[in-house]
This record gives sequence, C-alpha cells and structure tokens, in this order.
Amino acid sequence: MFDAWLQIFKRDLLIAFRRRSEIIHPLIFFVMVISLFPLAIGDDKVLLQKIAPAIIWVTALLATMLSLDNLFRSDFDDGSLEQMTLLKTPLSLLVTAKITAHWFITGLPLLLITPLLAVLLYVPTEMISMLLLTLLLGTPTLSLIGAVGIALTVGLRQGGVILSLLILPLYIPVLIFATLALQNSAQGFSAEAQLAMMLAILVLAITLSPFAIAAALKVSLN
Amino acid sequence: MNILGSIKRLYHQFASPPYFYRISGLWLPYIMGLFVLLFAAGLYSGLILAPIDYEQGEAYRIIYVHVPAAWMSMFIYIVMAVTGAIGLIWRLKLAEIVMISSAPIGASFTFLALVTGSIWGKPMWNTWWVWDARLTSELLLLFLYFGVMALYNAIEDKRTAARAVAILALVGVVNIPIIHYSVEWWNTLHQGPTITKFDKPSIHLSMLVPLLIMAVAFKLFYVGSLFMRVRTELLAREQKSKWVANLLKK
Repeated sequence: MFDAWLQIFKRDLLIAFRRRSEIIHPLIFFVMVISLFPLAIGDDKVLLQKIAPAIIWVTALLATMLSLDNLFRSDFDDGSLEQMTLLKTPLSLLVTAKITAHWFITGLPLLLITPLLAVLLYVPTEMISMLLLTLLLGTPTLSLIGAVGIALTVGLRQGGVILSLLILPLYIPVLIFATLALQNSAQGFSAEAQLAMMLAILVLAITLSPFAIAAALKVSLN
Repeated sequence: MNILGSIKRLYHQFASPPYFYRISGLWLPYIMGLFVLLFAAGLYSGLILAPIDYEQGEAYRIIYVHVPAAWMSMFIYIVMAVTGAIGLIWRLKLAEIVMISSAPIGASFTFLALVTGSIWGKPMWNTWWVWDARLTSELLLLFLYFGVMALYNAIEDKRTAARAVAILALVGVVNIPIIHYSVEWWNTLHQGPTITKFDKPSIHLSMLVPLLIMAVAFKLFYVGSLFMRVRTELLAREQKSKWVANLLKK
C-alpha cells in the first residue's frame, strides 16, 4: 500500500522537475504580487512593516490556489487518474501522495523565498522565523483544502473562477490564525495558542480532506 | 420491526417524485396560508404590540425580521448538508433536489440578515458595516452559498452536479464552526465596537413571543417556497416520464 504511495510521490516529483515552469511560475507570481504592494502604497516603512504579514499571507494564499490547477489536471486529461481509482490502494490514500508531492513543489519554494520578500517589506529579522513557522503550518492545510475544490472542478472548462469561489471562504480560518499569530508575536505576546490552532486545523485537514477529495474526484470522473 | 418497516415504506413512498408532487401540491396552500397568518400576526405583535426597548427605542424592531432570517440562513445550510449526505449515500433523487433548491432560498435569507443587520447598525453603531464576528461569519456564509450555486450551475449533468454540491456542502458544514470560532476569536482580539449584544435571558416575554412567531412563519415560508421550487425542478427533470405526461393530459 505504501509502495503505491511512494511510486506516485516520486512520479509527481519527477514530472515536476522535468517541467520546471510549473515550479517557477507560482513563485514568480508570488514575488511579483508582493512587490506590487510597496509600489502601490509607497515606500512607507512603518505602514509596510505593519501590513507585511497580511500581504505575504494573502499572496501566499492566492499563489497556492493558482498552483493547485496543476494538481490533477494532466492526470485527469490523460486518464491516469481513472487508472488510479481502479487500483487496490484506496484513492483517498493516493491523493495524499499527490498533495504531498505538490506541496514539495509549490509550498516549499514559497517558504524558501519568503525571507527575501520579508526583507523587501521591512519585516524585522526576528519576525521572519515566526512568519516561516506560520507558513509551514498553514500552506499544507491550504493545499489539502484546495485539493477538494480542484477535485470538484477539474472536469470543468471554466474551473478557475469557480475554484476561488469554493475554497476562499474555507481558507479564512488559516488566514486569521496565521496573521493573528504574527501580530501577537510582533507585539511581544505569545503566539502559541494560534500556532496550536493552526496545527489542529492541519491535523483535521489531513484526516478528513482525503476522503472528500477522493469522493469529489470520483464524481468528476463520472 | 414492523413499525420500522412501515416507516421505511412511508419514507420511500414520500421520496418518489410523483407521490411527492401530488402530496406537496395538496399541502402547499395550507403551508402558505398558515405562513401568511403567522407572518401577519408576528409583524403586528412585533411592530405594534411589543413594547419599546428602553435602550434602542423603536429601531430594535428590525430584529423581528433580522433574527429569524439569520436563524434560517444557518438552518438551511444544515438542511443542505443533511439532504446532501442522504443523496450521496442512498442516491435519492428527491434529496438532491431538496438540497439544490434550498441553496437560493438560504442565500436570500443570508442576504436579508446582512441587509437588515446593517440597517440596524446604522442608528445603533452609527455605521453601516462593522467587522463584528457575527456579521463577518454571516458574510462568509453567503460566500459559501454562492460557491454552492456556482458549482451547481457550472456542471452540465445535473445529477453529477448534485453529487458534487453535496460533497461541497458537507465540507462546508465541517468548516462552518471553525470559521465561526476563528472569526469570533479574531474579533475579540481586534476589539471592535460591539456595544450591544442581546442578552438572551433578559429579553422580555412580550418581545420574545413575536420573535418566535416570526421564526415559525419564516420556517413555513422556507418549506412553502422549497416545495414550489422542488415541484418545478421535478417536472423539469422528469419531463420524459410517464407521470408528468399523465399530468399534462389532465
């Protein structure tokens, strides 16, 4: 059972490394949108510093959502997704392999580039570790929830706009807790409670969303 | 076992489209009639008989529309999730149709709750909109309804669409408490200008009774308009079946 998981995980990573644009485009989007804010607001150090966590988080949310389109698309188009449903291994398990691979391809680079962008937005150096921690706990949840939405819309021609309607409301708790954690730690308070909540949401998403994703994929394949 | 069997038989009978169409047609006038009576009674007792609130004056009377609408907005989402689960598990066509017909009604109630809330907020908080926890979760609920309707309209095959929407509604219903509490927590830390909250036990009976009448009236309105929508949807979906043809012949 774990063998099939590993196979799919490796295969997805391999495909991504053969088509590097899939990794790079969401990153460029992330960097570009974040650099738009200082241009729109002006070089106001105090203001930028204050809203930097919000900017980074909202942009990370949008970048994750955009990158999700690749998650099932090609497998859906060439029929390999249908083959996966025929395997003995449950589909709910296999999709976690795909999502994990997808997070390594899109979530992890996002995390790696964030310190650089944080400097652009004048985030104090001691805040960067907290920013990374919230992203580390938050982006996997975003991928899991987003995968439900993409599984529902993968068969549709104009799935993109509908996807955002479906999953943005579901992203809000993650956004709230992440930015609260950052605000708290910026003011010198403990952010433990918020981080614990983010972890709890992540655990809930890991346990429940694979079943929803598998059911949604089966509906889409119908 | 015998009782269980007869309940099951009744359930299947009720879920069959021609039977439901006939029975709902018989009930509909009574439901709507009762709604009109209760609605009139509720409005009269709420707007005229109920005493003036010593803090909020006459403006508080909007709660007789606002609060039942807010209750309905949440209730209908839960109905959608429950009927969605029934539709997914037992492939019951009627459950799917009830689910999908509830969505626009629920969205309208949510919208009504938001609008009346902000009309109430203008004299009370002196602003149309406050990022209050309840307002915000209500707004997000409206977004969830929009997602459901958008997904249903986007999928060509309506049976597939209903199953997709059922999954979405179930995911949403797991998320609603999380969204609600996260928003509440977010709000308490931001400390918005939440001056007034209705203290539940302190509401006087003369104010409470009209509210309950209105709540029942709104429920009846939901059931009535749901029946109308379900009947139309049934006719549209089953237009090739025999019972619809028989109906047309009459």
